[in-house]
Amino acid sequence: MSTRAKVEITVNGRPTSADVEPRLLLVHYLRDTVGLKATNIGCDTTSCGACTVLLDGESVKSCTVLAVQADQQSVTTLEGLAELSPGGEPHPMVRAFRAEHGLQCGFCTPGMVLAAVSLLAEHPDPTERDVREGLEGNLCRCTGYHNIVRAVLSAAGKDPDAEQRREAESDAARIAPAFSTGEAGA
Amino acid sequence: MIPVGFDYARPDSVDAALALIAEHGEDATILAGGHSLLPVMKLRLAAPELVIDIGRLTELNYIRVDGDDVAIGAGSRHREVEVSEVLATEVPLLPAVARTVGDPQVRHRGTIGGSLAHADPASDLPAAVLALNGMVVLRSPRGERSVPITQFYTGVFSTVKEPDELIVEIRVPRAGAQLSQGWAFEKFTRRANDWAIVGVAVVDGRVGLVNMGSTPLRASATEAALADGASIEDAAALADQATDPPADTAATPQYRRHLAKVLTRRALQTASGG
Repeated sequence: MSTRAKVEITVNGRPTSADVEPRLLLVHYLRDTVGLKATNIGCDTTSCGACTVLLDGESVKSCTVLAVQADQQSVTTLEGLAELSPGGEPHPMVRAFRAEHGLQCGFCTPGMVLAAVSLLAEHPDPTERDVREGLEGNLCRCTGYHNIVRAVLSAAGKDPDAEQRREAESDAARIAPAFSTGEAGA
Repeated sequence: MIPVGFDYARPDSVDAALALIAEHGEDATILAGGHSLLPVMKLRLAAPELVIDIGRLTELNYIRVDGDDVAIGAGSRHREVEVSEVLATEVPLLPAVARTVGDPQVRHRGTIGGSLAHADPASDLPAAVLALNGMVVLRSPRGERSVPITQFYTGVFSTVKEPDELIVEIRVPRAGAQLSQGWAFEKFTRRANDWAIVGVAVVDGRVGLVNMGSTPLRASATEAALADGASIEDAAALADQATDPPADTAATPQYRRHLAKVLTRRALQTASGG
């Protein structure tokens, strides 16, 4: 019943276009129409963040965006991060994930990396807590968050060890004075 | 999950959008950020024949001081509310609440007008605007009217908005430095980006409740007790009066009543600087 619509979307710096059904989701456009398979479909309900891409530079969950809503806009997927830096070097966030081993099974990784790029664009000097809260829209079912957070801190030019120590101390300071931590004499 | 097929229009002005809405009536649905609408369309709980996309109408995208109010274009994204310097100064409750909506990806897309129009009693922003005594500005080809948010909601997912009307603006009174009794927002969730099991927005002795009935509610008994000089503890103990909290997998009504009292006490304490 629906009329098809023409969309023109710049994907990773390259123009793409197609006649699509208005109900086509952006994630299906990227995977099936354009053929870029890095973007994963996880929960399909705006919860898990596996399908996160950048839309005009901001992180969005592409299972909850129509392709027609991205018409005349720019999308960046994980494939694009290899091409964003001069000389074909992977994007600093990709390198940081590799250096800190910020992945286990890898399914959440494309969305995690793009959410992290958007986070640092808005928050270039984050604390460990900022990173954890900034990635609240992305689930890692391996529960591999520790190294993911380290990777994002490292990409922000921070020392992950120092930031995590500071966060642990800040946690301790927030505990009520009368709260027993189980130490002798407490 | 794939929505039922629909036609799509992206008018280039509010007037053009209103003409389309008037022409198609209840067969048409408004799409702004899509973060309430697309999930229900994917579940096929909604199957509009025409989707009218107002998400790029820049004339609905502003946050500015206007007399004694701050006027917020209905198309303002949660992220824009979160980082607005005007709101940080004039209505600090709203950025604090917007910051807790969903997650960053959701806040990049969802709009304040969409959140208010969707009328989900578990949404945070309607209760916050209710605590602020805000106004909802509706426009149709017949003209424009302002509805106090206290009269806007009629039930779950239901408002007084007519089918040919569009929310174009939300107005909230400026408080800024004149705020006499402070503000606070408390929200209880089991997981970071869940809906509030219960939320409480407090501003200047007014208390808005999230998810304590079929609409956002004011804790009127608490407000009256505060006005009569009751202590925060005694006033907060009345926060569940005249509410009808839902039962779902997250909580029983009794648990929500308990939470409403505890969160109201905490919010009132924070608002009073305690």
